[in-house]
Amino acid sequence: MKLHETRHDGISTVTVAEPRIDAAAAIRFKDAMRSITTGGPDHVVLDLSQVLFVDSSGLGAIVAAMKQMGPGRRLDLAGLTPDVAKVFRLTRMDSVFVIHDGAVRAGARDAG
Amino acid sequence: MTARCAPGPVTRADEPCGAAPRRARAAAGDGAGKDAEDGRGMRADIVLHARASDSSVRALLHELRAGLAGRGVPEQLRGTVEQAVAEALNNIVEHAYGGVPGGAIALEARIGARGLRCTLRDRGAPLPGHAPPAGRPPRLDTTPEALPEGGFGWFLIRSLAQEVDYAREAGTNRLTLGFDLPAPAPR
Repeated sequence: MKLHETRHDGISTVTVAEPRIDAAAAIRFKDAMRSITTGGPDHVVLDLSQVLFVDSSGLGAIVAAMKQMGPGRRLDLAGLTPDVAKVFRLTRMDSVFVIHDGAVRAGARDAG
Repeated sequence: MTARCAPGPVTRADEPCGAAPRRARAAAGDGAGKDAEDGRGMRADIVLHARASDSSVRALLHELRAGLAGRGVPEQLRGTVEQAVAEALNNIVEHAYGGVPGGAIALEARIGARGLRCTLRDRGAPLPGHAPPAGRPPRLDTTPEALPEGGFGWFLIRSLAQEVDYAREAGTNRLTLGFDLPAPAPR
């Protein structure tokens, strides 16, 4: 699972550089998120702009990635492509996460 | 009846529906494909096979999506179909075959003027109660620590497909998902 992290003004932006978070990728995604977020900033933005497909396993893995960060920390989402946005909307998971329109804006927001 | 999937013992483990390969040839042939039509005039346009594994399911979905695109199915509906079929396939891998890799899965897609139907067949365990689950929405009115990490599959299938039909026939699970094409704009 290819994840790239950039840090800016205390916010970690993690970009998923793969087209799918599905059953074949869910566990690797969750493990990769654990290693990348452990000990890092409390505020993480997950950039999904390259992800075209998330199934229920992938959705569960994103929830798990948020939960494993622990209390007092925050996982936002950004850059949802149409099919991915639809899954979050249908399951109402769009009410659980703060979802930004674009990853760049979310990461650079505090920089003005 | 020559193109019907004959329920009953299937000797080749990779073909839950023995008639499927014949349908594939009929659909890919000279275009007549008469024996591949069902009562709705829909043809078995796409026939695909997979083994029960996450990577094989992913490959099948890739072929399905490409096949739908090649037959002029609108992009939004392609996404809807892939999502619902993915959830059904994941359930087959995880529950019908219990995570044991290698079980046979067959998919037939028929595209008609008003809609699209995908029929999935496998020879794993039947659905509990021999009926598809109601697919209740996930419970989100809880603490962050208790948020669900699964259980969205049937809810998504029910949300995305206009028709869900399941039958257990002679050791084979048959799940048909029907999707309406968007109505053409009035002239």
